[in-house]
Amino acid sequence: MATAAPSDADRPHSGLPASPEAVVVRFAGDSGDGMQLTGGQFTLSTALAGNDLATFPDFPAEIRAPQGTLFGVSAFQINFGSREINTAGDAPDVLVAMNPAALKVNIAALKPGGLIIADTGAFTKRNLDKAHYDANPLEDGSLAKFDVLAFDISEKTIEAVKPFGLGNKDALRSKNMWTLGLALWMFDRPRDPIHDWLKAKFKSKPDIADANIAALDAGHAYGETAELAGPLKQVHIDPTPSAPGLYRTVTGAEAVSLGLVAGAQLAELPMFFGGYPITPASAILHHLARLKEFGVTTFQAEDEIAAICAAIGASYAGQLGVTSSSGPGIALKTEAIGLGIMTELPLVIVNSQRGGPSTGLPTKTEQSDLYQAVYGRNGDAPMPVIAARSPSDAFEVAIEACRIATQYMTPVMLLTDGYIANAAEPWKVPNPADFEPFPAQFLTEPRGEELLPYKRDEKGARPWIKPGTPGMMHRIGGIEKHELTGNIDYSPDNHQRMTDLRKAKVDNIAVPDQDVCLGETSGKLAVVGWGSTYGPIHRAVDNCRANGMDVSHIHVRHIWPMPKNLGDLLRGFDHVLVPEMNTGQFKTVLRDQFLVDAQPLTKTSGQPFQIAELEREIGKFFDDIPGNEGGQVPANDQQLPSTDGGAK
Amino acid sequence: MNAPVKIETTLKDWETDQEVRWCPGCGDYAILKAVQRTLPQLGADPANTVFISGIGCSSRFPYYIESYGFHTIHGRAPAFATGAKLANPDLDVWLVTGDGDGLSIGGNHLMHVLRRNVNMQIMLFNNEIYGLTKGQASPTSREGTKSPSTPIGSYDHPARPAAFALGSGARFIGRGFDVSKHLPDVLKAAHAHKGAAFIEIFQNCIVYNKDVFNDFAAPKGAEDRQLWLENGKPMLFAGDTKGIALNRETLSLEVVDVTDGDWEAAGVIVHDVTNRSVAHMLIEMPFGPFPMALGVLYDDPRPTFEDAVIEERKKASEGKEANLAKLLGKGQTWTVSGTAQDPV
Repeated sequence: MATAAPSDADRPHSGLPASPEAVVVRFAGDSGDGMQLTGGQFTLSTALAGNDLATFPDFPAEIRAPQGTLFGVSAFQINFGSREINTAGDAPDVLVAMNPAALKVNIAALKPGGLIIADTGAFTKRNLDKAHYDANPLEDGSLAKFDVLAFDISEKTIEAVKPFGLGNKDALRSKNMWTLGLALWMFDRPRDPIHDWLKAKFKSKPDIADANIAALDAGHAYGETAELAGPLKQVHIDPTPSAPGLYRTVTGAEAVSLGLVAGAQLAELPMFFGGYPITPASAILHHLARLKEFGVTTFQAEDEIAAICAAIGASYAGQLGVTSSSGPGIALKTEAIGLGIMTELPLVIVNSQRGGPSTGLPTKTEQSDLYQAVYGRNGDAPMPVIAARSPSDAFEVAIEACRIATQYMTPVMLLTDGYIANAAEPWKVPNPADFEPFPAQFLTEPRGEELLPYKRDEKGARPWIKPGTPGMMHRIGGIEKHELTGNIDYSPDNHQRMTDLRKAKVDNIAVPDQDVCLGETSGKLAVVGWGSTYGPIHRAVDNCRANGMDVSHIHVRHIWPMPKNLGDLLRGFDHVLVPEMNTGQFKTVLRDQFLVDAQPLTKTSGQPFQIAELEREIGKFFDDIPGNEGGQVPANDQQLPSTDGGAK
Repeated sequence: MNAPVKIETTLKDWETDQEVRWCPGCGDYAILKAVQRTLPQLGADPANTVFISGIGCSSRFPYYIESYGFHTIHGRAPAFATGAKLANPDLDVWLVTGDGDGLSIGGNHLMHVLRRNVNMQIMLFNNEIYGLTKGQASPTSREGTKSPSTPIGSYDHPARPAAFALGSGARFIGRGFDVSKHLPDVLKAAHAHKGAAFIEIFQNCIVYNKDVFNDFAAPKGAEDRQLWLENGKPMLFAGDTKGIALNRETLSLEVVDVTDGDWEAAGVIVHDVTNRSVAHMLIEMPFGPFPMALGVLYDDPRPTFEDAVIEERKKASEGKEANLAKLLGKGQTWTVSGTAQDPV
């Protein structure tokens, strides 16, 4: 976004160009204002208009924080355009502020010259006080470097829904629909899908549906009228050229759920999902709970531990056990993961990472559970770890997790994060027939004279024997076991062998060779990412390459075991820069595994990387590029400065 | 759920080739034998039987039964068993836990498996001590128990397993002790109960809490100290010379003398296993002034968790097609045309 749109200097106070390549809009309001809903519906209409897009819902941990407060502000950002979109955008072009607090919290992000749409009806003395404004910013000239379009949305909404006989309080609930109507007009979007959606949502309350539709239409009509008066312009964005096919929008939580269902089908197994409510992972439980016809059993357990233990119990009995949580919940599951590794049963563990440690930032994104995933267990307990790079990528990664778990008889951890879980993007609907099935095999009779439940196949995997199988009775457990019979065996040689065998099994899991997703396979700088940093890294590297920098983007899906060629690939670059939303965890793993001088670039503000900040850091490696300031290649571990100017 | 097929087996068929590693003289041996004696009488199929345990002396149990067995982690056996039962409701699951495993670290899971009513037999071996970790006081240890962790004597109040189970919503509560000849009958009744059947088994830890149950379990004078309950039979003990009656003024139980076998005249209660209030009183009956209530204290089945899960899945799936391609393309979609491609 940052470089493709006209530069700020071109259009101070000129509003948006009539036909920009991409636009970033942020809807911000009180947590009770329905901003997530507004954003979600705007996303849908944008997708239906054929634009590529990325979204970033950013909301407080509190469900209904006290009205009007700064910490109660909920925002939804969408970046959409006629070209490929990789991130939700660095800085909004348009900020919709439903109250003073929303303006205060979000104004710093707005581009100079950007457009503010504000509801003057909410800029009351009381709300200004709550947002710690001494004077009304809409009136005191403090917003001079922006375009401001301020009018009484509250009043106009009340007017629009008057025929439906709602009280003021109920009428004001349609404020978000009025705003959405205006946004739909602004970006030339059809209203029909939203009408249909409202009718379906309020099926049993047709009055409420009609009131919301009236508000939506009134917002839309206001746009048309206001345009005539001058300050507001309609903006048209062409559809993004995309491969032909059927598309839909998908969030990471949806894609993980669908991928798990697909993975279970490809393994020809019923799926058992054990979960416990936790932000931001609960959405997976919610999605799967509605897919029972696919042979999915969902079990809301009494705690995180029971959720994983029940999943292991189901795997033991012959289903595909799955559990999901976020960092603190994963910590609770750790002992049971060890048992899954020891008893060598298939299990998929989804970790939707959030800011930590401890309760941390429940609704904000971070990648700080990498050590926990790779190293965080007692004993030598190797476990495959894979990471999704975007909401839609989570579908394939979930299938891959199911494949590894069932083919290698092992727990697998799938890493996503709060950003991927909540963010939406267009998704070309895949055809399930394009995926190679990997039917699970159950051992129903001994392979030789004797039943040997721990005798491994050529992949190092032990057989899966379901209780209920005649003549195959055996015992398993967490105590070290004999390398063939599985009976208790503490002997020194046996434990050495079993430790080696468990390690070798995971080390030798077949993972595809690492590719370079942008740029050459060797050169001056490789920017190596994993997980949800894909979007900003990709765009930043693309932009830097366009400026003549010899930089490549490598994005790693298989965190453990790593692709066999990754070490050689990295050694082909003079420098390796690893941006991640933690204090440098993947960098440490890369250094440890390959002895490469991986340099970290870290950020732990709970916000995704911005393209501009990555471009700036990449630029430091290139002194010789005209127009690039260049600068010192960082010598030591560096962390991006705190965004709020706090202690560094 | 299919009707279980009865299989003919002998006690020997239920013995594994594994060396039993409990201390010589441990009450666990007697319980193991009682279970191995009971299983053939039930017509149980070793291939369909699963013993699931947590951690502790009692939890080594699955290694010694020739069936399927899963020795899991401390306190969590009920959760593993719940997952296994939901994945395959036809499995005949026995849970083995202890006072530390089931009531301390695993108290939460025990509560939930009972309230959900997952169909399985839950045997809690209560020896009132942590045996495998060398003798610390457990949640059922009596006040004043001297142990390495409580050298001057414990001061926390013991948990009462059967009361915990009843409070958690258990619909079957049985009690027995390791060397009792009646234990197999309690196990059989538990097995016949469809739902979570909780059995507290007093077990003698001869190393760290030797003979702690001798006050009622010792053979000498047992008749006077044990009240073996039978459904539909009067609550009599001490050679039918004493019985349990309800004091209608205090609404509590009392011991009454029965002369010439006329228990009705003495007001002795007839045991009704479905009476939850009386079950509660029997469980709470203090030993000393009263005998120890043993046998089946409560048995009043209700629908099981797994049946409800199966029913819900059936209802939720009714009229729906499990078509993945359609599911992926659900919701509001749009088509980008170019070279023609059929929607999936």
